[in-house]
Amino acid sequence: MVLKGINLTARRGQVIAIMGNSGCGKTTLLRLIGGALKPTSGSLLVDGLDVAGLDQEDLYRLRRRMGMLFQFGALFTDMSVYENVAFQLREHTDLPEEMIRDLVLMKLNAVGLRGAADLMPSELSGGMARRVALARSIALDPMLIMYDEPFAGLDPISLGVTGNLIRRLTDSLGVTSIVVTHDVQESLKMVDYVYFVSDGVIEAHGTAKEIKASGLPFVHQFVHGEEDGPVPFHYPAQHYATDLGLKA
Amino acid sequence: MSKVILDSVRSVGARVVDAIWRLGVAARFFGLILLRSGQSFRRFQLTIREIFSAGVLSLIIILVSGLFVGMVLGLQGYETLQTYGSEEALGVLVSLSLVRELGPVVAALLFASRAGSAITAEIGLMKATEQIAAMEMMAVDPIARVVAPRFWGGVMSMPLLAAMFSATGIFGGYLVGVVLIGVDDGSFWSQMQAAVDFKDDILNGVLKSVVFGVAVTVIALFEGYDAPPTAEGVSRATTRTVVTSSLAILGLDFILTAFMFHGA
Amino acid sequence: MQRATLDLWVGIFVMAGIAALLFLALKVGNMSGFDTAQTYTIKAKFENIGGLKPRAPVKSAGVVVGRVADVTFDDQSYEAVVSMKLNERFKFPKDSSAAIMTSGLLGEQYIALEAGGEDKTLAEGDELKLTQGAVVLENLIGQFLYNKADSDAAAAEK
Repeated sequence: MVLKGINLTARRGQVIAIMGNSGCGKTTLLRLIGGALKPTSGSLLVDGLDVAGLDQEDLYRLRRRMGMLFQFGALFTDMSVYENVAFQLREHTDLPEEMIRDLVLMKLNAVGLRGAADLMPSELSGGMARRVALARSIALDPMLIMYDEPFAGLDPISLGVTGNLIRRLTDSLGVTSIVVTHDVQESLKMVDYVYFVSDGVIEAHGTAKEIKASGLPFVHQFVHGEEDGPVPFHYPAQHYATDLGLKA
Repeated sequence: MSKVILDSVRSVGARVVDAIWRLGVAARFFGLILLRSGQSFRRFQLTIREIFSAGVLSLIIILVSGLFVGMVLGLQGYETLQTYGSEEALGVLVSLSLVRELGPVVAALLFASRAGSAITAEIGLMKATEQIAAMEMMAVDPIARVVAPRFWGGVMSMPLLAAMFSATGIFGGYLVGVVLIGVDDGSFWSQMQAAVDFKDDILNGVLKSVVFGVAVTVIALFEGYDAPPTAEGVSRATTRTVVTSSLAILGLDFILTAFMFHGA
Repeated sequence: MQRATLDLWVGIFVMAGIAALLFLALKVGNMSGFDTAQTYTIKAKFENIGGLKPRAPVKSAGVVVGRVADVTFDDQSYEAVVSMKLNERFKFPKDSSAAIMTSGLLGEQYIALEAGGEDKTLAEGDELKLTQGAVVLENLIGQFLYNKADSDAAAAEK
């Protein structure tokens, strides 16, 4: 069992960050919200609907109102940037090609990549690929967008761009954004509320300001990047002297 | 000592149980593919793309191999028939060998190595880079959109490839036997026509290649879909596809041949 | 790859495949027009059918005029009952005879129909009265040895 005690609320127009160490269950949480996993106990409501109780058709209908940004973009490698963004429009709507074209170019423009429409995913840099994936996830104007480690492995400029985009899109589209990350600096800049997950439970939560000022040892260690604290530096091992054969 | 024996028996047992369990999962997977095949036909363009991937791109290897196999049959066949003074039956030997067995089987083996491994790698990679999960999150069923068209593409390509293999093979046998060695042109074809029956030989051969096509494609798709999402996992899955497909082809060939040609 | 080129290549591929199948069906195999021609069935009883199998040809004057449909055993007369389908186009007199022959020395066996002289022709379900069973190799050899032994004995006496 990965998640043991989670109590989380996210409202429209909010950017929520879920932070914690690798393996604490952040991605599992996203998969639960998206309906890819079912909780063994407790309830999960998205827009009032119990996700776990939905059948496949209703689940798919709900998913069309959600967008997800995967860690490295997860763009379809056999399609161009344009076709990637147009994917959901083509699959789920009957819109004519001219309208789809306009919509795709608008979404790409929002992320600043309108000129890259004809490139293939293999020709994009990491940051660009993630921006295209963002454009793709907002293709159907979802009410909820989930971001799985959107800042991982980006250069400083892309970091700033991504952070700003997340904030801007949330404000302009009026969506709810849930950002799973362990990038403290970038996320605390633009986030409304933070949940700290450790060992499957929510250790702490609060606004960005509250978290920065928090005295809780775990939060403090995380926010300030301290080497040792509740999360120990040394992996459990026997006494050093015994290992070196010094003690009897 | 007895612990070693017990351990090895236990591990063999575990592997057998594991293989049977996997077979069950694969069978369910196959059923799922068939159920979700509607889109492959309604949006036939998807399937056409896969016929290109699996069929057209395998053409070169099939045609060249077919030609060589036919030529070797011509050479070896002539050598052997000559000792009985029956060189004129060369056409019969070449055509029956190809149409009944070599065409469907060798073409299927080549198909498994080329197209089967490509399919496994493609699907495995899509899974590893979270493209499949992304598709699911976008409310598009990956089985219907990605897996089923590949299945139908493979199944439709296989009999055509087998027929082309046999045809080029017969031509190769003709080249070597009649043109190079000098077997009589007329008897080559006339004896062939008398011996090869449309229903019993050709149709059975086509049926075999359809069965092989289904087997190879399902194995390739399953291994790709089931592969661990790592580089090592995908590469191992690709190897497994080729090995399992080859064994399946040869095993099914025996069963089918026993059913089709037992009395005749 | 452009969609148009893709479609073109797939089209070529499918055409080539169908062409190969047609080549195999027409030039390599024999679509024995028999399965499509109209036939009538007649019967014949034989002492020994040897290696005669269903689908074996029925020839007259060396030309294939039909196929063996079925081989069964009559446990009243202890003879083999062969039913064969003959092409509608070819009518045979009621007193025609059937013999089981071998093509070549060790080839497959077929039925040779020899036309009789009657005016009335065979109809569906009729039975041939005159038949000659297959020549069984063992009997032939036995006969040969017997004859040889006989002539040896006769020569020795002289």
